[in-house]
Amino acid sequence: MANLGHLERAVMHALWESGTSLSAYDVLPRVADAASGKQLAVTTVLTVLSRLEKKGFVSADRSARPHRYTATASRADHVAELLHEALGESADRRAVLERFVGGVSAADAAVLRDLLSNRADTA
Amino acid sequence: MSGPGFVVAAALGLIAVTLAVPVPIALARATWPTRAPARALLLWQVIALAGGFSMIGALLAAGLALMPIAVVPGGIVVGAAIALTGYLLGHLAATVTVVVRSRQRHQELLWLLTSPHPTRAETLVLEDSVPLAYCVPRGWHSLTVLSRGLLDRLSSEELSAVIAHERAHLDQRHDILLVAFRAWHSALPWFPIAARAAEEVDVLVELLADDSARRVVSDRALAHAIAAVARVEPDGAPRTVRHPATARSRDRLLRLAA
Repeated sequence: MANLGHLERAVMHALWESGTSLSAYDVLPRVADAASGKQLAVTTVLTVLSRLEKKGFVSADRSARPHRYTATASRADHVAELLHEALGESADRRAVLERFVGGVSAADAAVLRDLLSNRADTA
Repeated sequence: MSGPGFVVAAALGLIAVTLAVPVPIALARATWPTRAPARALLLWQVIALAGGFSMIGALLAAGLALMPIAVVPGGIVVGAAIALTGYLLGHLAATVTVVVRSRQRHQELLWLLTSPHPTRAETLVLEDSVPLAYCVPRGWHSLTVLSRGLLDRLSSEELSAVIAHERAHLDQRHDILLVAFRAWHSALPWFPIAARAAEEVDVLVELLADDSARRVVSDRALAHAIAAVARVEPDGAPRTVRHPATARSRDRLLRLAA
């Protein structure tokens, strides 16, 4: 089960790249390529899709046969969400992460840059 | 009228007030914590815990001493002590729950959007031009995240500084302290000292993490790494600064560039 994480990533990439809804059978060949040529079972893909659905990354259209799956947001949207949190811009989420320059204000950074460049000049 | 109960209550009340106002103000103003951040951090924890316990203890002692004389007012004071305890603990639990959930969500996003660093364990690379380094603490699966923009911008010594800094946050479990102090602050939003304490703890853990990095790389490399990564606003717009620039956060940088 250790590589379910890798499969989740591969399935999401397949959905993002297709830009449309896919069934598990559509996903299968795209994921097989990504996973170093190893052939996967459809049930594995379905498991991964339902895990992704549970996490909210994928929505399923169960009226279609076979069921069709769509990414709930584009990759760019998710990256934006990630950056938003990582840069400490979302309210209330500050406690989640410790950023390398989290406590450095723009003014302090300017002071530091001045000091470093002055020292480089005199050195 | 004056029993030992009232004396105890008065003594605890005095301790609580001392720990609530003059002691934290003096500690926040002192310069030595910049040189001994670990000791200062310990002291902040002692102040917060002892302050809380003495405040609750003072209310309890006063209420219990009052009960034999006046049952209803005594009961109200005891009730207040219990309510305060419940409120603080409940708030801490709620904060921890929110933090754990959002970390989990963040990690799920990371799994989908990043790739493992080719050589460094527990390190992920995000393909984005924004220079960014941070860590996500979570049990034994803590992660350090580096962006492409950061990797492109830093020399290998500067990068080692960043990684040593983030590792120190994870290894020393700074996240636990930060969550506790932020929970305390948000439980008592009207209490300025709690905000001050949370700010101080924020900077002190950065000082500690810097000290770990300075054991591995030169001060100069660390200073350059910070200067390179500190955000410059693309359009020059003044950014809403969450951290007010405290004297301590500037001292953090000055001691590296001195």
